[in-house]
Amino acid sequence: MSATTATAHAHSAHEHHELGFVRTYIFSTDHKMIARQFLFMGLLMMVVGGLLALMVRWQLAWPETAVPGLGSILKETGGILEPSTYNMAFTMHATIMIFFVIMPILAGAFGNFCIPLMIGARDMAFPTLNMLSFWVTLSAGIIMLAGFFVEGGHAAAGWTSYVPLSSVPEYTGVNWGQNLWCISLFVMGIGSMMGSINYITTIINMRAPGMTLFRMPLVIWSLFITAILLLLALPVLTSGVAMLLFDRTLGTSWFRPSGGGEPLLWQHLFWYFGHPEVYILILPAMGIASEILPVFARKPIFGYHAMAFSMIGIAFLSWIVYGHHMFVSGMNPALGMAFTVTTMIIAVPSAIKTFNWLGTLWGGRLQFKVPMLFALGFVSMFVIGGLSGIFMASTPVDIYIQDTYFIVAHIHYVVFGGSIFGAFAAIYFWFPKMFGRMTNAALGHVHFWGTLIFFNMTFFPMHIIGVGGQMRRIYNPMQYEFLQHQQHWNVFMTYGALLLGASQILFAINFFWSLFAGPKAPANPWSSTTLEWTAPSPPPHLNWGPTLPTVYRGPYEYSDPEAADDYLPQTQPPVRAGARARGH
Amino acid sequence: MLDWWLPENVSTYGRDIDWLFHLIYYITGITALLVFVTMIVFLVMYRDRPGRRARYTHGNTTLEIVWTVVPSLILVILTFLSAPAWSRIKMAAPPPSDFVLQVTAKQFNWQVTYPGPDGKFGTADDKTLLDEMHVPANKVVHVHLRSQDVIHSFFVPQFRMKQDAVPGREIVQWFEATKVGKYELPCAELCGFGHSGMRGWIYVHDAAEYQKWAAENLRAEAVPAVDERTSEATRLAEVVAKGGHAKR
Repeated sequence: MSATTATAHAHSAHEHHELGFVRTYIFSTDHKMIARQFLFMGLLMMVVGGLLALMVRWQLAWPETAVPGLGSILKETGGILEPSTYNMAFTMHATIMIFFVIMPILAGAFGNFCIPLMIGARDMAFPTLNMLSFWVTLSAGIIMLAGFFVEGGHAAAGWTSYVPLSSVPEYTGVNWGQNLWCISLFVMGIGSMMGSINYITTIINMRAPGMTLFRMPLVIWSLFITAILLLLALPVLTSGVAMLLFDRTLGTSWFRPSGGGEPLLWQHLFWYFGHPEVYILILPAMGIASEILPVFARKPIFGYHAMAFSMIGIAFLSWIVYGHHMFVSGMNPALGMAFTVTTMIIAVPSAIKTFNWLGTLWGGRLQFKVPMLFALGFVSMFVIGGLSGIFMASTPVDIYIQDTYFIVAHIHYVVFGGSIFGAFAAIYFWFPKMFGRMTNAALGHVHFWGTLIFFNMTFFPMHIIGVGGQMRRIYNPMQYEFLQHQQHWNVFMTYGALLLGASQILFAINFFWSLFAGPKAPANPWSSTTLEWTAPSPPPHLNWGPTLPTVYRGPYEYSDPEAADDYLPQTQPPVRAGARARGH
Repeated sequence: MLDWWLPENVSTYGRDIDWLFHLIYYITGITALLVFVTMIVFLVMYRDRPGRRARYTHGNTTLEIVWTVVPSLILVILTFLSAPAWSRIKMAAPPPSDFVLQVTAKQFNWQVTYPGPDGKFGTADDKTLLDEMHVPANKVVHVHLRSQDVIHSFFVPQFRMKQDAVPGREIVQWFEATKVGKYELPCAELCGFGHSGMRGWIYVHDAAEYQKWAAENLRAEAVPAVDERTSEATRLAEVVAKGGHAKR
């Protein structure tokens, strides 16, 4: 560690020459610029993914009517989604949101931004690899978007791309769309591996003096564990999509029963990646909430060690629960019973985290600023998403609700109510540090309430129609007699979705207005204790001046009765020798 | 209380599933209520007011143990309560029955095959119906589920029954319907552009009525009963095959 620090020192000493435009803004190796690039990429893709979702919702509420604005794109049908276009829309909505929105924003942007700044490092361990990771991921995004323009349309076999539907072009009529889907995810997997190796190395080797593992902020713990999951899970997907591509183009038979292959092998590979992936999406948001709640409760996090160990527990368990996606797939039912046990167990760490968040609020001095609102929103929505998961863990109940809207409701409470609320919390919280300007609080409040209310209006009724039996991925619920009586819910949810989409316009306005015209941010606008707030806003290249910060205590020392101020920064030396050890 | 959510249950094991569903519903509902009430009370009680300092505490080991052990116990109990129903429906051998049907899924239909008078499949007197199944009530029915192209899922909401049909495998499932009627049999796994609308009907008859139906329709020389009817999915498939677009 000291060697690296010394190199960084020497590096900073002769870093006075200005980097050119290209090295500063485009091919930058600065972790903060790479973080901003990931953030912009994620937000841009969120627009694409969101519009696809609105198309899906429109079709479900008013089946086979023209989607406003689509007339000029779908000329042949006058803007009406055909079944194959509809399948493409929900497939790409999920693919884009998971791989090109949430992962780039939470792991990409905030992983890059927070890790060096919060452990007291000048940059990532491998800055060039870091730059490459962004450009590889962006290339994957471009390949994915290219799929919309090829003949036959984009992938339409669901984001899970179950074989043989996805492996034999004749079954969907999609040819290059599905190939590009595979290639894009293959490339994305490589980019994510570069990022995760970098995160792990940086956290292990480059912490500032005094920053022991158990003095690390919980968001760093969450990103550390996420990086380990990424490193171990993504290669399984990468191999899987390569095998799928070979089945499609080279005539191999990994998954083709007529050639001796096995369709369920794809599901095992996909979910062996897919379930850790769910935690890759949610763990950073858990870390973000654990970071923001103490700041605006002016109180240490409740049960720091329980929080860290529950995340480690989730990381271990996430490898042995994936079979709960396959209870009715034809997998041996005895194996299903085993996966029930592990799935029930993995609910425990999530429960521990929820109770600790509540414990953090208990006796606090709660300031309802915008990041805090989103963090509280995250906790509430995660509670609903977590509890609805227990229904699926019970195998007999899962027989009925598998592949219904109950699952769709669950995943959106976890991934939107969880990850996206976490992402908004993080953006509002670190915006001053990232861009050196404050966001508008009034607009932020309206954005929060709009998002919270319309999110629930869109997704809560999905539980109801799911229990009523509505299958996911159907084009037109009105084709089924047993679903017709609940069609009014579909209309209600689509109004919710449209308003939810409209609420995000406020966010876009706030984001871009603040970026250029927001009031200048002080170094520590939230009176927070962690290291990033000791650097200027925005931090310069290499983050701190000639000396790196030294850490003396844990990250959440708020309202210590012995301190004059209501917070003790991690860098503040103890007042007197032999002072009570406050660190963890 | 939730019966207006779930469709009516008309199978023997559906009761077990509904009972578990309601149990979990009440456990999670009460938990959610407690968490939200606690949270709202905290948000109001501990809102920022001048002159108050936050409580300086890093946690409480007793509390940590309590809120680890209590959820664990509840979840262990739920696991044990889930096991018998799962074992009965999927794991154990189906209850013995001489009523066996073969269901072969394809894009985008259910092909239901009756063994005919000789009771054997693969013989000349087999009888295949399209998107239509007739069974007697209160009789265990074995379904040998196959697929000839992609994965489909055999879903009967009122029976609380679901099983994927996987190409290359034959999966044996069973059900016992308890009420005469006509029930929808949708496909629950995305299977292509005609997935939506891939749907059959299960007719549950009383014993005498079933005998009558079988005598009229399962004789070797009987005329195929169904082929004129075309499902929504087939309609779409034909439209697309002609190069046209779905009627709207």
